[in-house]
Amino acid sequence: MSAEHGRHNAPPDPRLEKQHAPEQTQILEERVQKLEALLVAKGLVATETLEELASTYENDIGPMNGARVVARAWTDPAYKQRLLTNATAAIGELGISGLQGEHMVVVENTPSVHNVVLCTLCSCYPWPVLGLPPTWYKMAPYRSRAVIDPRGVLHEFGVDLPESVEVRVWDSSAEIRYMVLPERPQGTAHMSEQELAKLVTRDTMIGVARVEVKG
Amino acid sequence: MNGVHDMGGMTCYGRVIRDENEPRFHAHWERRVFGMTMLAIGQIATLDAFRHAIERMDPTHYLSSTYYEHWLAALEMLAVEKGLLSPEELASGALRSKGGATEPPLPPEAVRQVVAQGAPCDRNTGRLTPRFAPGDRVKAKNLHPVGHTRLPRYARGKVGVIDRVHGTFIYPDTNAHGGGEQPQPLYCVRFDAMELWGPHAPRKDSLRVDLWEDYLEPA
Repeated sequence: MSAEHGRHNAPPDPRLEKQHAPEQTQILEERVQKLEALLVAKGLVATETLEELASTYENDIGPMNGARVVARAWTDPAYKQRLLTNATAAIGELGISGLQGEHMVVVENTPSVHNVVLCTLCSCYPWPVLGLPPTWYKMAPYRSRAVIDPRGVLHEFGVDLPESVEVRVWDSSAEIRYMVLPERPQGTAHMSEQELAKLVTRDTMIGVARVEVKG
Repeated sequence: MNGVHDMGGMTCYGRVIRDENEPRFHAHWERRVFGMTMLAIGQIATLDAFRHAIERMDPTHYLSSTYYEHWLAALEMLAVEKGLLSPEELASGALRSKGGATEPPLPPEAVRQVVAQGAPCDRNTGRLTPRFAPGDRVKAKNLHPVGHTRLPRYARGKVGVIDRVHGTFIYPDTNAHGGGEQPQPLYCVRFDAMELWGPHAPRKDSLRVDLWEDYLEPA
């Protein structure tokens, strides 16, 4: 992959323009190449293992995992109960577990409570169910404002909540990882668990979007 | 450390900027940094020391660089501090020193198991009996340690209620500085939005944050 690749896919954040300029990407590529060579020579990293690890997180670990958990909870009340009382075990029932999801808590959105998850101090995020976090989750605007003005941030995501709804913000400051169980939308009674899972997006499980029925 | 990373409650950073079609990694180097950090960091430092290394980045660099550059900076910083690599080696990419891994590197076929297994941070040693119970009113202490802490500034001095007891977990404030895990109870603490942000905050809204026992006192 080239410097061009880095620039083309850069997040549209003006603060990061310099970061994603081709010459900066080139500097970083060279710096990383050197570090990798050293760590391989020191015997800490095997190149094939690095490749395997990166591709695992590119292909196999992502929001489709969390969507399966949500769809199961929507269709199986006993599972939902287990999910809300011991999320790590309930998520494990679906074969989903691991790094950055060792201690899971799932919180439920209802007509009267809306949950939003973030990490103000770094970018803690439930990897096994949601994959690696999007750039906006890791950058200053979300991390700083979602605690003090969650309703304003939600508005930017297109979610407007009446005052009667209680907004609960969850700051992931320790090793507990939070995921939102979004509300099941109206008009989905006929849908199968697999069809429901397709409606569930990453953002609905962070708590910055509602599940929508397309069409 | 009262650092730029502790940004909860600041309002100077503008709107959230999103890219709907964002790739998992924006460039080849991000992918390599992700992989090598995941594989090497456990042999160099604790997760808490890694987070603290990111916090020790130059603040202007911290704000103007992306997540994986934070990882890269912290990995290089710790590799030098722990004596694994010299600054000259980092600059040249040529190995000049001896010493390194004590065990063979993780083989590719072990990746899936290691990822699925995770690395739990709760312990059945240390301080096992929690001082507080759900419903107890607590105050987050007004602490300003110069080292690593996971007590955000916005919570310090504020009064909240124990929401749940998570169990006994590795204490980051010592584990980041070679002081050992010293596990102690970890709590989810609920604060009213008005307690944190003043009388204009929505009355019903609230925030929950996970705080270790040593961050808290009875209120």
